[in-house]
Amino acid sequence: MFQQLMDGFATALTPTHLAMAALGVLLGTAIGVLPGIGPAMAVALLLPVTYGLEPTGAFIMFAGIYYGGMFGGSTTSILLNTPGESAAVVAAIDGNPMARKGRGSQALAAAAIGHFIGGIIGTTMLVLLAPTVAKYAVDIGAPDFFAIMVLAFIAVTSVLGASRIRGVASLLIGLTIGLVGLDEMTGQQRLTFGSLHLADGIDVVIVAVALFAVGESLWVAAHLRRTTSEAIPVGRPWLGRADLKRAWKPWLRGPFIGFPFGAIPAGGAEIPTFLSYVAEKRLSKKHRDEFGKGAIEGVAGPEATASASAAGTLVSMLTLGLPTTAVAAVMLAAFQQYGIQPGPLLFQRESSLVWGLIASLFIGLTLLLVLNLPLAPLWAKLLRIPRPYLYAGILFFASVGAYAVNADVFDLLVMFVIGVLGFVMRRYGLPVLPAIIGVILGPAAEQQMRRALQLSDGDLVGLVNTPFAVVVYVIIAVLLFFPLIRKLVRPDKPASPDREKIDV
Amino acid sequence: MTTTKAWLRERSELGVSAVLVVLGVVVLVDALRIHTDFAQRGPVGPKAVPILVGSLLLLVAVLLARDVLRGGRGEAEGGEDVDLTAPADFRTVLLLCGAFLANAALIGVVGFPISGAVLFWGAAYALGSRHFVRDPLIAAGLSVATFLVFNNLLGVPLPGGPLMGVL
Repeated sequence: MFQQLMDGFATALTPTHLAMAALGVLLGTAIGVLPGIGPAMAVALLLPVTYGLEPTGAFIMFAGIYYGGMFGGSTTSILLNTPGESAAVVAAIDGNPMARKGRGSQALAAAAIGHFIGGIIGTTMLVLLAPTVAKYAVDIGAPDFFAIMVLAFIAVTSVLGASRIRGVASLLIGLTIGLVGLDEMTGQQRLTFGSLHLADGIDVVIVAVALFAVGESLWVAAHLRRTTSEAIPVGRPWLGRADLKRAWKPWLRGPFIGFPFGAIPAGGAEIPTFLSYVAEKRLSKKHRDEFGKGAIEGVAGPEATASASAAGTLVSMLTLGLPTTAVAAVMLAAFQQYGIQPGPLLFQRESSLVWGLIASLFIGLTLLLVLNLPLAPLWAKLLRIPRPYLYAGILFFASVGAYAVNADVFDLLVMFVIGVLGFVMRRYGLPVLPAIIGVILGPAAEQQMRRALQLSDGDLVGLVNTPFAVVVYVIIAVLLFFPLIRKLVRPDKPASPDREKIDV
Repeated sequence: MTTTKAWLRERSELGVSAVLVVLGVVVLVDALRIHTDFAQRGPVGPKAVPILVGSLLLLVAVLLARDVLRGGRGEAEGGEDVDLTAPADFRTVLLLCGAFLANAALIGVVGFPISGAVLFWGAAYALGSRHFVRDPLIAAGLSVATFLVFNNLLGVPLPGGPLMGVL
């Protein structure tokens, strides 16, 4: 494994690949810093940049974009008090008050170094864990995969978001989009309406860009705030001795909270960053009253957590082909673009690509730290971009991306229709993530289910005849009935109108 | 009459239910049309999942409608540039859609450098930018630069159109 990692570094450290990693980090940060653009949208918008590259170079660049986008989000949080993404929400609680007190440089430094440390620890855990997971995952069969995917569906609809029924509606919309095209097993046309354009199915990249970028632009256009909040100007980030003394422990604690959450379905970074914040508040004896008013621990811990959670996401993405967050979903789409299917066999079949990617995660993190500390004042200027240009630019690059996939105007129209759908979903509180997960995992889940039933000759027992699948279904049952259980324990709470059970 | 309108306005989310019903019916009708007598491999054919998804769409449409009628409301998504206290500005949205579709209509005819500039300027105008010199200049610069970077540097082909034929 060590040897493979070294080979990966040899791949990633060639001048071309190094330049691509640097470019990825710069682009990712620049796009991620722009207000209104979270990492998922940043990654989706930047996908077309990599279309012309060979896979290894493309993914090395992608690794830079990924971490750059994450870091950019926290800069927006700290200087504008408007988190561009859910993972950076917690960073705003103390980061913005720090910036307003004139300690913006320290807040940015705490975030940048936190990202670096969290990323390095998280990626190290990825190196140690992923090959082992992949080795065991090779032996799991169709029923197990199907069970995991059902778990992902249930988790994404019932753990996140305020309303379960709206999450399910979103998931079903995604599953419907995923049905379009030829049935992989029989070649029968489904939902193509005789159109040749639709026979290949709707490209996941187009769905992702449409839902994230076009839907968001249209939604913002309907309610554009005419007076935008002023970004706080900031100098070069640095940390004094006293700050370092307060921040190093949160930096080291955060990753161990973030990494496991990143690896589980519907985990992501929201819950662990919040947990890290609470933990730092509890553990801080001297500065507890500073929390909420600009405590550096409240920036350092959650940022390291978010970064490690991003690495954890990659474990399930690379070894199981299971995206746990929106960014991972877009990355999975990028793999599929190259005809590479992430899963247990990836580490055997595409060994040099995977290890090159992992090595470039380390390189990307280092570049991120080296480039972003001096460039922070420049990034802060990007926050002042006039909003008409920002959203016009998002639509512009969304169009470039959608058109570049197949050089087909039809794709632009598909993107428009799904973009309007994204607008409606935002208006009525249907979360976007379940739809994306449905598009990506739906077809795969169907194949696994049919394969499992083929093996058992149509007997439904074929779906639950392994211990692993049974365990996963027990977890699903707990998730499904959790609201019910909670109501039994605390019956005084008024019944919420959206507690329907879902038929799986 | 006005009370019916107000009632419907208050419950406009029922429209989402309607969309789900339409989707569900389309999926079901399309699934029933698939011939499975030949080419089917294994016990589960290409029909099963569409039928399941279609039925669930109908079920969820009903449950969502029930939720809305009982007073449940989907929470509109907030955001840093989103002011939910202001009423929805559909003029801006329609203008923006127009700019987007203009690009789709023009890209094959006049090439990306021009259609992209139209998209950017149109979108910026829709969103309230009124610099009649700066806006088109930025649009043209961005569009040509993007074309050159993607087409010549990154190897992602975009249609140049007649303009690039001249240059």
